[in-house]
Amino acid sequence: MRYLPKSPADRAEMLEAIGVPSIEDLFATIPEEFRLTRDLHIPRQHAESEVLDVFRAFAANIASGDPAELATRPASKPFASFLGAGAYRHYRPVIIDSLIQRGEFLTSYTPYQPEISQGTLQAMFEFQTMICELTGMEMANASMYDGSTGAAEAVMMAVRVTGRDGAVVARTVHPEYREVLRTTVQHQGIPVSEVGFIRETGRLDLAALEAAIADDTACVLVQSPNFLGVVEDVAAIAEIVHKKGALLIVSVAEAVSLGIVKPPVEADIVSLEAQSFGVAVAFGGPYCGVIACKEKFLRQMPGRLVGETKDRNGKRGFVLTLSTREQHIRREKATSNICTNQALVAMMVTIFLTVYGKEGLRELAEQNLAKAAYLRSEMEKAGAKPLFSSPGFNEFAVGLPAAAASVNETLLSQGIIGGLALAKWYPELGEAAALWCATELTTKAQMDSATTTVKV
Amino acid sequence: MEETKFIGTPRKATTHVSQNEGLMFEKSSAGKKGYRLPLLDVPAVDAAALLGEAVRTDGLGVMPELSEIEIIRHFTRLSTWNYAIDLGMYPLGSCTMKYNPRINEAVARLEGLAEAHPYQPESLSQGALGIMKMLSDALIEITGMDTITLQPAAGAHGEFTGILLTKAFHTANGNPRTKVIVPDSAHGTNPATAAVCGYQVANLKSNALGMVDLAELEKMVDEDVAALMLTNPSTIGVFESDIHKISDILHAKGALLYMDGANMNALVGKTRPGDFGADVMHLNLHKTFSTPHGGGGPGSGPVACKKILEPFLPSPVLKTNPDGTLGFDYNRPQSVGRVRAWYGNFGMFVRALAYILANGPDGLRQTTEDAVLNANYLRSKLEGTFELPYKTRSLHEVVFSDKLQAKNGVKTGDMGKRLIDYGFHPYTVSFPLVVNGAMMIEPTESESKEELDLLVDALTQVAREAEENPELVKNAPHTTRLQRLDETGAARKPVLRWKAPVSSTELTANTAAKEW
Repeated sequence: MRYLPKSPADRAEMLEAIGVPSIEDLFATIPEEFRLTRDLHIPRQHAESEVLDVFRAFAANIASGDPAELATRPASKPFASFLGAGAYRHYRPVIIDSLIQRGEFLTSYTPYQPEISQGTLQAMFEFQTMICELTGMEMANASMYDGSTGAAEAVMMAVRVTGRDGAVVARTVHPEYREVLRTTVQHQGIPVSEVGFIRETGRLDLAALEAAIADDTACVLVQSPNFLGVVEDVAAIAEIVHKKGALLIVSVAEAVSLGIVKPPVEADIVSLEAQSFGVAVAFGGPYCGVIACKEKFLRQMPGRLVGETKDRNGKRGFVLTLSTREQHIRREKATSNICTNQALVAMMVTIFLTVYGKEGLRELAEQNLAKAAYLRSEMEKAGAKPLFSSPGFNEFAVGLPAAAASVNETLLSQGIIGGLALAKWYPELGEAAALWCATELTTKAQMDSATTTVKV
Repeated sequence: MEETKFIGTPRKATTHVSQNEGLMFEKSSAGKKGYRLPLLDVPAVDAAALLGEAVRTDGLGVMPELSEIEIIRHFTRLSTWNYAIDLGMYPLGSCTMKYNPRINEAVARLEGLAEAHPYQPESLSQGALGIMKMLSDALIEITGMDTITLQPAAGAHGEFTGILLTKAFHTANGNPRTKVIVPDSAHGTNPATAAVCGYQVANLKSNALGMVDLAELEKMVDEDVAALMLTNPSTIGVFESDIHKISDILHAKGALLYMDGANMNALVGKTRPGDFGADVMHLNLHKTFSTPHGGGGPGSGPVACKKILEPFLPSPVLKTNPDGTLGFDYNRPQSVGRVRAWYGNFGMFVRALAYILANGPDGLRQTTEDAVLNANYLRSKLEGTFELPYKTRSLHEVVFSDKLQAKNGVKTGDMGKRLIDYGFHPYTVSFPLVVNGAMMIEPTESESKEELDLLVDALTQVAREAEENPELVKNAPHTTRLQRLDETGAARKPVLRWKAPVSSTELTANTAAKEW
């Protein structure tokens, strides 16, 4: 096996040093009845070139991964996609992959030994700094699994901070985030109630929100831009939430929006999905969640944090810090059971943000805004009706001239993946409702072609 | 005058120059660019007009402005300050720091996989689903279980999912139960997970051999116990030979056996948890199945289980349609719910499957055998130099203690730090908690005899230094860019982000315009 660096002679010599006649003796503690005496029934050992062939077949949409099928069935690549809905296709500068594939980043362990982990630690400190700047928060952790689990962790954090136990969630938070939230908090005795949106604007129903917040409500979770693409009035929401003594958590699923949309500075906690910053959509993961918050809530923050310090010669350095919150120290009393973060993905995000920087993030966001505005107006000309009047970023909900499923089927026959049909989660919007997204990668030609098809 | 840095001679490493590098924010200057966007092919828009009050006005003052070469150098320089598997061995017990094959990275970046959108039609996702199916089938066979979910994002998230399955199972049988038993040798995530799932944690003391105390377990297990969370091989690297008795004790009272699969690298191809009585377990793809640790993540924590738990798996579940195509089944009325958006860390599934294909059944078995061979070789070479608290045959890792060196005031943490000067990453320090001054070593299969001999040599020299010049060890490392860092200070006054230095002469417009 090519990954194993031992010759048969090495193995024999080592067994002799150990003082056992055969390798089986080293497994003697496993009761014989449970020892596997046959080969595992898994695919045979593949050469590297064969591994590549199998995955090329998978990448060409062949379910069996059989390269023989690839020869007879060349795959056709979709021409364009208008899907967003929490997973956004943005350009990934090539230096991201050149840099994160350096073995010192790719194959290093969690930086518990700061003397030989300063590279990862300094980059994570830079990451935390940029996330604070983008979200308008004072503190950010060094990443969570993703936006869905991060939002659930943020709710549990708010429960710890306030000592209250209920959560109110906007129905315009990503439906899958809400599912994860329910799974996660139900065993902590945290009741979750939902608040709807105004049909005309697509924004949170503020009167309903006010009515939904009870004396024991710990927090309100909203998303902005919300799942339907609409930017929420965070300041107005915050006023209502804070008046009732609860915390406001704002989830941001489309991080690129922060280049042009005012950050949710009125929030107490921001839960960000940073996938848009240089992370491939990759069928849903790995992505990069982050929790950012006001400084006063720091001690209840879950996940790893990197802090600045000095070594004993007075040189600046960085360490993982405040680990007394974490499971490896606190065990069952920890703020969360989380251990792993998304360090390498956070590194991609850090590099992406450095590439675009101060000017580029705004310019990038402006291009997204312009593309979506064009698509929206062309869709309107094609007979589709935008469902909401409030401003959005790079996504918008429309009522198509026919059921979204059938429009999408027609589009697909032209090699176009249409927007996401919304009826599954929002039946009240009807079968024709769909969520369309355009990013800087969406070309005018693709949009024109799609809107022409929608019209027919 | 050059201070004495070594009594012995490090054979693996020599100090050399590394580049200094500040924070990116300190290098930034206005007007530099590392990007260029394509020409806008649609009419430009007035953001302020479109967004109204929601438009951003603060100017993102802290964000850096750097050119591409500076960005490349910045991160490349940082990278050289890291230790990594690609540089040498990580003897980190319980972490399974094995080689991360590069073909895994290559296939994960194939366009049809990296650019697959999670909401694209299932008809276009057959390849991605095929990967999930092939990986699921392989992991079910490797664990001897009946079914699996790939959704959990990491090991601890897998534990959470597994305990939720357990809870749903008991609830369906009329009583969710109140307690989860966790041995004192367990990873910290185990008790934290049980607590997050709403269970009380009952701590089980290990016996004199560091194993589950059957009599004690029998006393503890009653109809309030939902499960025992057991790491097997245990965190001292020893197989629980009484595993079937443990499982019988639990099953007799209707409790389940949860297996923490952190140490699965000792078992693959040699024995199967499903055969020895485990009901549910998680795997760490970033340990056993070679996906990169990447400085702390991403992980991936699939949960495999017996048929009795299948109705409760997180939704959606992978299914084969009547026409042979693959799809997701969302109609799961008894499901514990979703634990993560979409389907899990798909990119890690690709890498883990590439590893399994590159190995095949023979390669995986040889891998396990080599991992166990390496640990036992180190044990035989180092026993005597360091105290070995538990003498039972080791599998993939061995736990020594600092007892012999502690009499000179040298602790496990000191010797771990000293290993850095000899060119190694420290072993796992002070874990498991059942061993006082633990030195936990897991070499994995990825180390050659030469690398193992270098570690033996380094540790032997460190032990000698602990006798002859304890201060040298206690103040280690001496050869790194930075020496021991003030962690207490970092926690007392946390500085978690960079702030522009406040200068009386130069107050930038951006800083002034900030509204928070």
